[in-house]
Amino acid sequence: MAMITMVMPAHLRTLAGVSGDVTIEVDGEVTLRSILDALETQYPMLRGTIREHVSGERRPFLRFFACGEDITHESPDAPLPQEIASGAEAFYVVGAIAGG
Amino acid sequence: MSNVQVLVGTRKGAFILTSDGKREKWDVSGPHFAGWEIYHVKGSPADPNRLYASQTSGWFGQIIQRSDDGGKTWFQPGTPAGEPTTTPEGMPVGESNKFVYDDSAETGKPLTTHQFYDGTAKPWVFKRVWHLEPALDDADTVYAGVEDAALFRSTNGGQTWAELPGLRGHGTGAQWQPGAGGMCLHSIILDHQNRERIFVAISAAGAFRSDDSGATWKPINRGLHSQYIPDPTAEVGHCVHHIAQHPANSNVLFMQKHWDVMRSDDAGDSWTEVSGNLPTDFGFVIDVHAHEPETIYVVPIKSDGEHYPPDGKLRVYRSRTGGNEWEALTKGLPQENCYVNVLRDAMAVDSLDSCGVYFGTTGGQVYASADAGDTWAPIVRDLPAVLSVEVQTWP
Repeated sequence: MAMITMVMPAHLRTLAGVSGDVTIEVDGEVTLRSILDALETQYPMLRGTIREHVSGERRPFLRFFACGEDITHESPDAPLPQEIASGAEAFYVVGAIAGG
Repeated sequence: MSNVQVLVGTRKGAFILTSDGKREKWDVSGPHFAGWEIYHVKGSPADPNRLYASQTSGWFGQIIQRSDDGGKTWFQPGTPAGEPTTTPEGMPVGESNKFVYDDSAETGKPLTTHQFYDGTAKPWVFKRVWHLEPALDDADTVYAGVEDAALFRSTNGGQTWAELPGLRGHGTGAQWQPGAGGMCLHSIILDHQNRERIFVAISAAGAFRSDDSGATWKPINRGLHSQYIPDPTAEVGHCVHHIAQHPANSNVLFMQKHWDVMRSDDAGDSWTEVSGNLPTDFGFVIDVHAHEPETIYVVPIKSDGEHYPPDGKLRVYRSRTGGNEWEALTKGLPQENCYVNVLRDAMAVDSLDSCGVYFGTTGGQVYASADAGDTWAPIVRDLPAVLSVEVQTWP
């Protein structure tokens, strides 16, 4: 069981009813997909907010970062760095700076 | 004494404005859901403590919020406050923000495309809920008009949603196309006298009617004339901005079209223009007096290219004859340098003896009249741009 530290935009923290970073428990290999699956299981109110319900596609104004690298367009099943899996580095969901 | 509660959706949150029956002093609560676009908030006629809100975002998609205490507290109905968010097996207990088009073989009419602005075929993609219409006699049943245009219904208080596929599938769906605001189903009228009858309106497709509780539908656009489409009298393709009905006058509908104010005396089977002496017949809102079925209100907007009042004067126009003859209502409204817009769901009436009329502007003002439009005063002046206004009247 990996314990992932996750940083989310303020609006998603409000929806999830949390403040600050969240800790996600991930079974098995730590990938973008397994992190988001675990997040949505732990916080079901976030289902549909990061990935579209049916297609599972990332919402276009969101990006994902791990260890300072933009992994938005990497394979969702690619293993993430050990620093993410160990919790030493946080996994970031970042909203686009798009005004307003 | 009676109370009035005005439910306001804005670009950056929801606000609830309350007053007693005099409607002179107002309390303002909010913003609720701060920072999110709140397209619509509406209370249930069956239980005024039950409110539904459409909370949406270009970043994070669609959220449905519900209140069971008149707006004091809110929760996502799929995940009620204080209750477990998952089943013992770890599955989410509800999917209140999940809107999935019904293209199943069982419906008999799988439909996958509509027209884009340039006429090319585009698949339906859910974007947001524009309008929530709670059922007349059951607080747990609520209808949702969505973009891309379709009608959904929940029968469990918003926990889960199912499309009424007969609307998209009745035969003209492939010809629908978006208006400037998107291809949205923005108006839903549940008929008080004929409980199986539902009216909806879509930009830019037109108006539609079901006489069997939403199972089957037909376009009701005969008499509409839209010069901006290749066939101005086509069965569908009209940019209807809003429709309204008086609960006691089931067969009479009023419509603010992109251009033209229209009325129908046969439940939409045919329409006639009643723009009469309006300074311009472009606009978005239209509503009906609570006690006078032939008294109607519009806010003329200069043009489709200039979304503000003509001459910089914010004027509500009232007709006491069901159209054609209009009077300008200006007392208390800005009559110079006013360049706000009043969007399609941003007008409502209360049901007190002296009918109150309310509307919100893109400049963040919410104006109220406690005397059927004769005089106006702002309740608030500086909210975010107002998207919708609804009113609850508490006995």
